[in-house]
Amino acid sequence: MAEAGKINPMSQFEITPIGADQLAATPFQFTNSALWMLIVLVTIIIFMWGGTRRQLVPGRWQAAVEMLTGFVDNITRENIGKQGRKYLPWVFTAFIFILVSNWMGAMPFAVVPGAHPFTVTSQFTVTGVMSIISFAIVLGVGFWTHGLKFFSLFVPHGTPLPLKVLIAPIEFISFLVRPFSLGLRPFIAMFAGHVLLDVFGNFVVQGFSAGGAAGYGVGLLAFVFVIFVNALELLVGAIQAFVFALLTALYINDAVNLH
Amino acid sequence: MELASAQVIGAGLAAIGVGAAAAGVGNVFGSFLQGALRNPAAAGGQTGTLYIGFAAAELLGLMAFAVAMIILYAT
Repeated sequence: MAEAGKINPMSQFEITPIGADQLAATPFQFTNSALWMLIVLVTIIIFMWGGTRRQLVPGRWQAAVEMLTGFVDNITRENIGKQGRKYLPWVFTAFIFILVSNWMGAMPFAVVPGAHPFTVTSQFTVTGVMSIISFAIVLGVGFWTHGLKFFSLFVPHGTPLPLKVLIAPIEFISFLVRPFSLGLRPFIAMFAGHVLLDVFGNFVVQGFSAGGAAGYGVGLLAFVFVIFVNALELLVGAIQAFVFALLTALYINDAVNLH
Repeated sequence: MELASAQVIGAGLAAIGVGAAAAGVGNVFGSFLQGALRNPAAAGGQTGTLYIGFAAAELLGLMAFAVAMIILYAT
């Protein structure tokens, strides 16, 4: 299949063990995914730490951190209301983790020989677990505050009886699909973007190594295209982090306020 | 027909859905812009709704891509 142009866009998503292979003895193994998760974590800690020194007159760094936290605070306040503050820690954690790991994966670290950036969010296990946490919060809050009345979520207020029979199963299925689609969205967006970058990056290399007018033309065209796709990738990374935070806030709003 | 060629054709057919999602996302942003230019004062409060619509339209295209990848790399 993919052997034709010797392009294998899937190899960048492989999880490889770092250090000794311990899988035979223990279920724990340090992989490149774990390494890049740690790098993302350290980046976030440095960024937040540098901006929370409580200066009276905020510098640029503190202003950036305050803008980011204020932005996410706004999402929860607009969508959940006054009680939204309680859920800000998780929404902000999810937002900044997805944002930083999306951008980390798009950084050109590969110019250093041997270094290969790994996009943590390009694995469904990571984003899937994040959406499971979001839904654990939704279900927990819903059943804790409303008890069995939480099931009235599936019947919109003021629906006539014949429609209730029809709408309740549809709402139920739509509710069941939510955690799946929530986790699938950031995963596929990163996955598709990196496949595209890999394919066109290969066009550049193969075009230049083929030489000739056609080879250099194709290579140059693909190079310009890769630059624009990379810019688009940064935009998509930010939008997907925002959408994850927004939808999490919306689903929590359903559980807090019913409808 | 060989399995490999059938896989490539099937993946190509599945990728049509990505184009359909592009039309959907374009429609979402285009309609928002139309409304926003008529009443710019009310546009700022509707960005949340805009991105919910964007997410719903985009998801189907992403799923089409996932189906294409599953077909292409199925053994």
